Amino acid sequence: MANVTLRNVRKTYPGGFEAIKGVNVDVGDGQFCVLVGPSGCGKSTLLRMVAGLETVTGGEIDIGGRIVNQIEPADRDIAMVFQNYALYPHMSVYNNMAYGLRNRGMAEAEIKTRVEEAARVLELSAMLERKPRQLSGGQRQRVAMGRAIVRQPKVFLFDEPLSNLDAKLRIAMRVEIRKLQRRLNTTSIYVTHDQLEAMTLADILVVMNGGQVEQVGNPLAIYEKPATTFVASFIGAPPMNLMATRPEEIRAQLAGSAAADAGILGIRPEDFVITDQTPAGGVALPLTVEAIERVGAETFVYGSREQEEQHLAATPGELPPGEIIVRIPGTEAPAIGAKIRVAALRNKLHLFSADGRKRLEA
Amino acid sequence: MVEEEGFRRYVAHIILWIGIAIVAFPVYIAIIASTQDNALIANGQMSLLPGGHFFEVYYQTIFVGTSGSTREPVGNMMLNSLVMALLIAVGKIAISIISAYAIVYFRFPLRMPIFWLIFITLMLPVEVRIYPTYKIVADLHMLDSYAGLALPLIASATATLLFRQFFMTVPDELLEASRIDGAGPLRFFWDTLLPLSRTNMAALFVILFILGWNQYLWPLLITTRDDMQTIQVGIRKMITTTDALTEWPIVMATAVLAMLPPVFVVVVMQKLFVRGLVETEK
Repeated sequence: MANVTLRNVRKTYPGGFEAIKGVNVDVGDGQFCVLVGPSGCGKSTLLRMVAGLETVTGGEIDIGGRIVNQIEPADRDIAMVFQNYALYPHMSVYNNMAYGLRNRGMAEAEIKTRVEEAARVLELSAMLERKPRQLSGGQRQRVAMGRAIVRQPKVFLFDEPLSNLDAKLRIAMRVEIRKLQRRLNTTSIYVTHDQLEAMTLADILVVMNGGQVEQVGNPLAIYEKPATTFVASFIGAPPMNLMATRPEEIRAQLAGSAAADAGILGIRPEDFVITDQTPAGGVALPLTVEAIERVGAETFVYGSREQEEQHLAATPGELPPGEIIVRIPGTEAPAIGAKIRVAALRNKLHLFSADGRKRLEA
Repeated sequence: MVEEEGFRRYVAHIILWIGIAIVAFPVYIAIIASTQDNALIANGQMSLLPGGHFFEVYYQTIFVGTSGSTREPVGNMMLNSLVMALLIAVGKIAISIISAYAIVYFRFPLRMPIFWLIFITLMLPVEVRIYPTYKIVADLHMLDSYAGLALPLIASATATLLFRQFFMTVPDELLEASRIDGAGPLRFFWDTLLPLSRTNMAALFVILFILGWNQYLWPLLITTRDDMQTIQVGIRKMITTTDALTEWPIVMATAVLAMLPPVFVVVVMQKLFVRGLVETEK
């Protein structure tokens, strides 16, 4: 049981590359914090710094009221689950889980109790004598979790633990991890590049980009009010449509609010409806349908705007300039080449400053 | 595999059998000759079928030795060779796995220069550095001793390189997991790296044991006492006799005996050996 607090944490590699540029995050006791961001954004580095596997260049890492910057990983009272599981290939499942406890000089009887309890929870009881290579991917994943659980640490650290599993198993394990964490009520930090995993698991979501935190908060709050265009396009699938508000047509529709000064307008695909009306204060766009994807419950319409506006700076997850994605119910499917008109309500518009770094409230 | 029609398959098999015959015939001759009477061989009337002296020849070879040239039972030579080969194989593996561990897992000043220095010694086999090596061993009073036989041959760049390559394929996460599990450098080496290197060590042991067993020049130089002779040196000495008939059955029996330990090692360890060479699973 512990808070984890990062205060102005920095990491500069020898050679001058600045991987982490001052991060402040506060994870409360028992909370599940997810670090999400594109590859190379520093999220894994940050996690490894909390684990003690990377040195800290500046700032403080505080676990349960103790500054751990100079403390060895083994003494930080953390447990980590690795992406490739990092099970000891020559040890049985039992020994994999018991190894860390033995190194701490725990009595063999106590080890046995703990390992068997963890194995029961994770449904591994029948496999304790097997070697990791005799297990399936999902079972290995559970052994890695077991190794973390038996330690009863203050903090769990997960480094993309599900990315080696197939899609179906990933969803099942995601739910299991969440249930387990709720039950053990252990503070957890979880790294992923999958925004869906991030949304479903997190109590606190930390969106990172280029070694910096873009936004911290409740996942739904972030979805509803993304602080920057990066967050807007990264959280949510398909990504938010972002367009410059320069074209007179859009600007005219937004007239009369602070929004008129905005540089970038964002509208989520799910906030569009196909209609001939223009809602008061909202935005309507004429589109030519270029492609549709029917996935059953919903249909995604990819349309191009007739009027090409100035290109925006491309950020990860962003659409090709000029293309708009619209999500409509699965029962509808406009013909390719058809001209349609889509509209979004005033309160569904996201407005950002021209550089995309600041959200403007209407 | 493509199904071959009958005729072509017979041709292929015949060629393979000829190959086997060429390789195996000298071995067969040696075994046959070691069971014959020396007089018959000396006359050039050796039969290609086993003779009747198997037990007496091997008894004499192992426990008595030749009557003139070597004055030493071959059993003792084999013991010397065995001790030398084991010391060399085990010593090389021990030294090189430790140095590879240092080079791969630790950051210390001059790490790369030291690695290259080890690498460069590949170009200096015993034959090249034989005089200085002899001088050192002599000055350390290690002539005619097992230490003198084995020690100068123990340092091995090849084995160090092999272990280095293997260690570099071990995922870093294993080391990190060990660190989080509270295992220090020695524990990680002992509990994780050594068990993972088992098959590599077995493969190396086979190669190095045979290498050590077959040493000729070095033992010839530094052993002068008969009771420190190795079998490879012994065979050579038996053949050159100045004033007596070469005792061919004994020479051949010695040759056959010299073949046995390497064959034994290969047969016993071949499963591990092959796994060590091809294994990719970590």
